Amino acid sequence: MEFSRRDLFKIGGKILLLASSGATLEQIVGAAAQPEAYRRADHWWGMIIDIDKCIGCGSCVRACSAENHVPAGYFRTWVERYQVEEGKQPQVDSPSGAMEGFPTPTHAGLKSFFVPKLCNQCADSPCVQVCPVGATFVSPDGVVLVDTTYCLGCRYCIQACPYGCRYLHPEKRVVDKCSLCYHRITKGLTTACCENCPTGARQLVDFKNPKDTVHEFLRNNKVEVLKPYMATQAKVYYKNLDGAVR
Amino acid sequence: MVPGVEGFMYPNEVELQWSLLIVLYPYITGLVAGAFILASLERVFKVEAVRPTYRLALLTALAFLLVAPLPLQLHLGHPERSMEMYLTPHTSSAMAMFGFVYLWYLMVVLLLEIWLEYRADIVHLAATTTGFHRLFYRLLTLGSMNISPEARKIDDKVSYAVTVIGIPSAFLLHGYVGFIFGSIKANPWWSSPLMPIVFLFSAMVSGIAAVLVLYMALMKVEKISINMPCLDTIAKYLFYTFVIDFSLEMLDLVHRTYEADESFRSLDFMVHTRLWGSQVILQIILGTLVPLAILAANQLWRFSEIRRKAMYLTASLLTLVGIFAMRWNVVIGGQLFSKSFLGYTSYKMEFAAKEGLLPALGLMVLPFIIVVALVKLLPPWTGREASEV
Repeated sequence: MEFSRRDLFKIGGKILLLASSGATLEQIVGAAAQPEAYRRADHWWGMIIDIDKCIGCGSCVRACSAENHVPAGYFRTWVERYQVEEGKQPQVDSPSGAMEGFPTPTHAGLKSFFVPKLCNQCADSPCVQVCPVGATFVSPDGVVLVDTTYCLGCRYCIQACPYGCRYLHPEKRVVDKCSLCYHRITKGLTTACCENCPTGARQLVDFKNPKDTVHEFLRNNKVEVLKPYMATQAKVYYKNLDGAVR
Repeated sequence: MVPGVEGFMYPNEVELQWSLLIVLYPYITGLVAGAFILASLERVFKVEAVRPTYRLALLTALAFLLVAPLPLQLHLGHPERSMEMYLTPHTSSAMAMFGFVYLWYLMVVLLLEIWLEYRADIVHLAATTTGFHRLFYRLLTLGSMNISPEARKIDDKVSYAVTVIGIPSAFLLHGYVGFIFGSIKANPWWSSPLMPIVFLFSAMVSGIAAVLVLYMALMKVEKISINMPCLDTIAKYLFYTFVIDFSLEMLDLVHRTYEADESFRSLDFMVHTRLWGSQVILQIILGTLVPLAILAANQLWRFSEIRRKAMYLTASLLTLVGIFAMRWNVVIGGQLFSKSFLGYTSYKMEFAAKEGLLPALGLMVLPFIIVVALVKLLPPWTGREASEV
């Protein structure tokens, strides 16, 4: 079949016309403009947690479990209740990770508070360091992630995590952990746990965003990370963290 | 309350991640390193008395080394991905180096040394056997049929060099296994710079004890009389290395107790409760103090041959149990307490599961079957030596 230069221009012209009319149609019907592409290098994610605001309702645990299909008995996030008596070891409980909240306090009249826990998204992660194949890594925007198609399931990272944030997925046989709802935050949403916290005790923050409230929070409050002596450069900051918390 | 849990564990900590199979891993690699170091005593340090066990020690090391990766492989969630450790190793990971250390030790050190040692025998066997055996031994010659005195001299020189490289390699193999545990800062039970060196000396202890037991057993089977100077020398070296090993472990214990950091109370409680049987009774008393006393008695007094044999065998068997208990206490013990130091979990060993007792027993028996097969294929005792002993 002969295909002249004239034919080429004709077909090309038609394609161009169709494409441009499609675009115009989209603008006419008011389809949303494409959001600005997510640039990993522009973000450095973390979380701030106000212990005084946490009421131990477990909404975050349930939301996380539903959002991320966390298998029963394992936790990407959980809440601990501390009951501290002077001069004694703290009494700590977290029944089913606080999935259903907490029963009435066992020790009345003690200093008592709740501590939400999740992966600390450490910048110097011991889990990342030990992974034999690099299946777990820190993303350019500061989230510790697991490539489930690459993880061997050796569980060295679980041993290396000082905070107990990792587990072996019982069906997938790979390591699983909090991904800071990476599938959400890269679309401009917050994490499931933050979105469902009724008191705003947990808040997703972006350290690279100069307008983020985290800067004011860090400037005006006494904050601490868990186990600072582990030197993992954790990025989950706790306001008013009691010394009893482990 | 979660069954088996006392106090508070982080919710993901309740289940143990490293099972009995991971206990076997340092135990088996330890036997490899120890057996090889015993072999090197004759080769490099010219301890002629242990000559009758030289070849057996090499074959023992090989048998255990062949089995060493199997418990790891079985333990992986995705064993089919294990080759990724070779193809895309993560250079900051201690574990990623396993494949390379293993291959180096297997290919460069052990197989080469065994081949050089047996080359003349292999050529001889290739010429004197028939059928399948002949083909097998001909393949093993790798086409090198020259066993002239000059060629043997070269073999001997190369073999010496390989052993010299082999000693630090054996140290590397097992010291490295200790580092896998010792470098985990999150776990105070493991995190110690002494860990690689404790692992190394305990490896030597267990390897020497294993060769001693195997030597006595095989002599019984082959109906060859035991070379007592050889047995006395092995027992002497077992005693020396055991003294160093025990001193290092006690140093670690004293240091921890004296320092008494924030983890101490939790770990101390664990030793007095969940690890009492395996640590205090099995590892320290039955597995260390009793064999040490037996071996020390033999350094001080001269017993009759029959008594010495019985004492060495008892001491070696107890040592093997003690070192196994030590591996157990490191691997399992290190996961029984919470990293919050507020609670304890328990290990529920399965039986016929992938990481259960049954496959573990199979993996423990397998090297002995391989040793017997290797001894049949590559007899460690030539007619000359057998008649000597």
